Amino acid sequence: MTRVGVITFPGSLDDGDAARAVRRAGGEPVRLWHADHDLRGVDAVILPGGFSYGDYLRCGAIARFSPVMTELVSAARAGLPVLGICNGFQILCEAHLLPGALTRNAGLRFVSKDVRLRIENAGTPWTRQYAEGQEITVVLKSGQGGYVAGPAALAELGARGRVVARYAGGNPNGSAGDIAGICNQAGNVVGLMPHPEHAIDALTGPGTDGLGFFSSVLLSAARA
Amino acid sequence: MRRPDEPGLDTVARAAATPQRPQPYAELGLTDGEYERVRGILGRRPTDAELAIYSVMWSEHCSYKSSRVHLRQFAEKAPPTEALLAGIGQNAGVVDIGQGYAVTFKIESHNHPSYVEPFQGAATGVGGIVRDILAMGARPVAVMDALRFGPADAPDTRRVLPGVVGGISFYGNCLGLPNIGGELAFDPCYAGNPLVNALCVGVMRHSDLKLAAATGPGNKVVLIGSRTGPDGIGGASVLASASFGGTGEGAKRPSVQVGDPFMEKLLVECCLQLYAAGLVVGIQDLGAAGVSCATTELAAGGGTGLRVSLDAVPLRDAALGPAEILMSESQERMMAIVEPAGVGRCMQICATWDVPATVIGEVTGTGRLEMSWHGEQIVDIPPASAADDGPVYHRSAQRPAGQDKLAADDPAALPRPAGGPGLRAALLAMLASPDAADKTWVTEQYDRYVRGDTVLAPPQDAGLIRVDERTGLGVALATDGNGRYALLDPYAGAQHGLAEAYRNVAATGARPLAVTNCMNFGSPEDPAVMWQFAAAVRGLADACAALGVPVTGGNVSFYNQTCGVAIHPTPVIGVLGVHDDVRRRLSIGFGAAGASVLLLGRTAAEFGGSLWAHVAHGHVGGRPPAVDLDAERRLAAVLAAGAAGGLLAAAHDLSDGGLALALAECCLAGGAGCAVTLPGDPFTSLFSESAARAVVVARPGSEAAVTDLCAEHGIAVAVIGVTGGASLEVAGLFSISLDELAAAHRQTLPAIFG
Repeated sequence: MTRVGVITFPGSLDDGDAARAVRRAGGEPVRLWHADHDLRGVDAVILPGGFSYGDYLRCGAIARFSPVMTELVSAARAGLPVLGICNGFQILCEAHLLPGALTRNAGLRFVSKDVRLRIENAGTPWTRQYAEGQEITVVLKSGQGGYVAGPAALAELGARGRVVARYAGGNPNGSAGDIAGICNQAGNVVGLMPHPEHAIDALTGPGTDGLGFFSSVLLSAARA
Repeated sequence: MRRPDEPGLDTVARAAATPQRPQPYAELGLTDGEYERVRGILGRRPTDAELAIYSVMWSEHCSYKSSRVHLRQFAEKAPPTEALLAGIGQNAGVVDIGQGYAVTFKIESHNHPSYVEPFQGAATGVGGIVRDILAMGARPVAVMDALRFGPADAPDTRRVLPGVVGGISFYGNCLGLPNIGGELAFDPCYAGNPLVNALCVGVMRHSDLKLAAATGPGNKVVLIGSRTGPDGIGGASVLASASFGGTGEGAKRPSVQVGDPFMEKLLVECCLQLYAAGLVVGIQDLGAAGVSCATTELAAGGGTGLRVSLDAVPLRDAALGPAEILMSESQERMMAIVEPAGVGRCMQICATWDVPATVIGEVTGTGRLEMSWHGEQIVDIPPASAADDGPVYHRSAQRPAGQDKLAADDPAALPRPAGGPGLRAALLAMLASPDAADKTWVTEQYDRYVRGDTVLAPPQDAGLIRVDERTGLGVALATDGNGRYALLDPYAGAQHGLAEAYRNVAATGARPLAVTNCMNFGSPEDPAVMWQFAAAVRGLADACAALGVPVTGGNVSFYNQTCGVAIHPTPVIGVLGVHDDVRRRLSIGFGAAGASVLLLGRTAAEFGGSLWAHVAHGHVGGRPPAVDLDAERRLAAVLAAGAAGGLLAAAHDLSDGGLALALAECCLAGGAGCAVTLPGDPFTSLFSESAARAVVVARPGSEAAVTDLCAEHGIAVAVIGVTGGASLEVAGLFSISLDELAAAHRQTLPAIFG
């Protein structure tokens, strides 16, 4: 069975939800601890949402120096599928695995709501179960979700198909180009501001649209 | 208060040798009589440190000295139940919900700090109630907030409300607890004294229950969490024990604590791991009155003594003296009792979470609480004298002079809208009023999804949390209170608060099981307020007995008044229910077209304290609606059976704004309209607030079964219409499109708060 690691940093909150989503998709979640220099041989890694280190200094700025990140950065550069959700996205930017940064929401308030996303790149290991242009509903919940990057970086993201998802039903936080998620050059590292792991069951979320991220990576790992 | 480097530390020996030294007991809030009582207990004058302990522990906030004689009724009148594993007197009540699970829940006020500093006041209110739940051995799983402010468009409300909501959002979201409901109400009476009542619920296995008891002489006292600083010295205890305005209050104002939700998150995970490792003999959170409260209550709870070295307490400010350490309300701290053999493992676990932990003393068999500072003894008291045996006052109570006049001011005399256009306009005005308006501006700032077990959250009638993913077991929670009803009749008003929360929980299909309460009142030294308080407590205790749901704990907040004007008496009642299968929960939204809409319960012309009178005329007078607890009980049985049997597609309780508001909310929540025919006088049918009523949608083919179920339980039932269409249509009177309803409902709060 495909083993997907979920890293818990001090202040991670959605780690249990990410693990549940992996299980629901048919994979085996493996809990990883931020202080261990060990990825335990997993096939993919999720950096979950939350407030690692209380968002002190900057969101993700301290977690990026956690011991496990040494192994994660080199594994990601070698092609390991990595998904950073919300705070995980912020950590990936701070770790320079992804370009740009996440800033305070345009309205200066925390925003928790169901949002529509349009999948722009269905070729990454985390999105191949979706169709390009497909619209899905997932959960956004963040205070610092506004994506920013320099004009050159934004142009490159657009030109090379590295925007993975954009907000489709209005921009909830002032993100440049309505960007909700991006990937690295190779496509294996994806950062996503909204939470697909909270949209895996109509009982506890807005539906099951988010499950595709987790079933995608299982499919990718099976093919690899 | 002495600094450590100052000569002349006030030791026990010195106190005995200098009996006449003047002491600042009045400044610390003790009366002459209370000070004399301390001297009597100790047989000498207290040391500075002991005076600090007694002054905070005997404050109104910590000792319940004015309310205790009344609160006894909650235990005395409690209905027989086997569900209660721990009750009043513990940090929070613990209720058996079956399958080996127990839940613990409690609501607590943080009113005064939230007025002084809305953001941190509300934030630390969340933090405090979460630690109460943690201290019982449970994992906190959700929070709720019942909020009341002055008029929505008042300038100060624009300072206080965004700050309070921001503080709850900041703390609760960062802590990782879903916010699953609460209340938001506005009234001029809360303008100088907002109400911020925070509720937390936690889940555990039966065997996980922890008590605040220091047992086993030789066991170690471990202080876990944040370092102690000069935060909120005398904060909650002194702030919440005096009213604002008047003279001599200035010095008490800057005492609000500052919260660090990240540390609280680490503290929660750390304590749960300590529990799981079997290392914790007893535990107490540090809230109001800090180390004073935790040490006295642990020792009193265990019937033991404690020997504590205050020098060992890790400080954020090295200049703090012993009395300040004792009174500090620094947040994010717990005090655990650990066997000597477990201390090493305990320290390891705390280090894993980067949580500071320090052994500051040990349990003794002396029955005394002893504390030292720089090798000198500065505290030597019987702990129960501070924790349990504080002063008890029988405050005088007197029916307010204006009560009869208020009752005589019947809303029947108010001009009422007549005809379709008038009724239509009245409904839209109510729907757009801040009290009834859509609360998304607030709830969108709270994370409702974290932990992945939230089944229902606003705008539903109650919050619903799944406890067991395999079996579908869950708990439903609602809080309700109506200050206008309670002003007109505090006895009935408290009962309405309970009945509404009970009805809201039942409307999800859950069985109501237990009660928590937050009693928000003016000054207990005002006989009129004390009359209101006594009546409300009596009303609640009687109603709990009638409904078969015990009060498991709660909180009293007095001195909610500014410049001598008290708030409306505002008992806020929380009801917890158990849901056997959350997959069968009912929501309020109208769904598929063509289903029958039924009105359950009897409607009379009852407008005293109603939303209509408030919105249309700014009027509060007459009598609140009649309370019929037996009918509430039968209605709840119908709703539970209807949900379990799969007969119902939706359910919504009727309360403020009556049937009209309920139908509008059902339409907006589900995005589907309905067409109804009113069963009686249009105005009464639409806006009366008669209790023990609900509107339900029958699943296709189940209409007769629902009607039979109602007959079986003696609940009046009438089919009033059918779902479908894109408008709320009231036959022969008016029609309002969903778009127009939505515009009226959703624009109000964003227009005011941005």
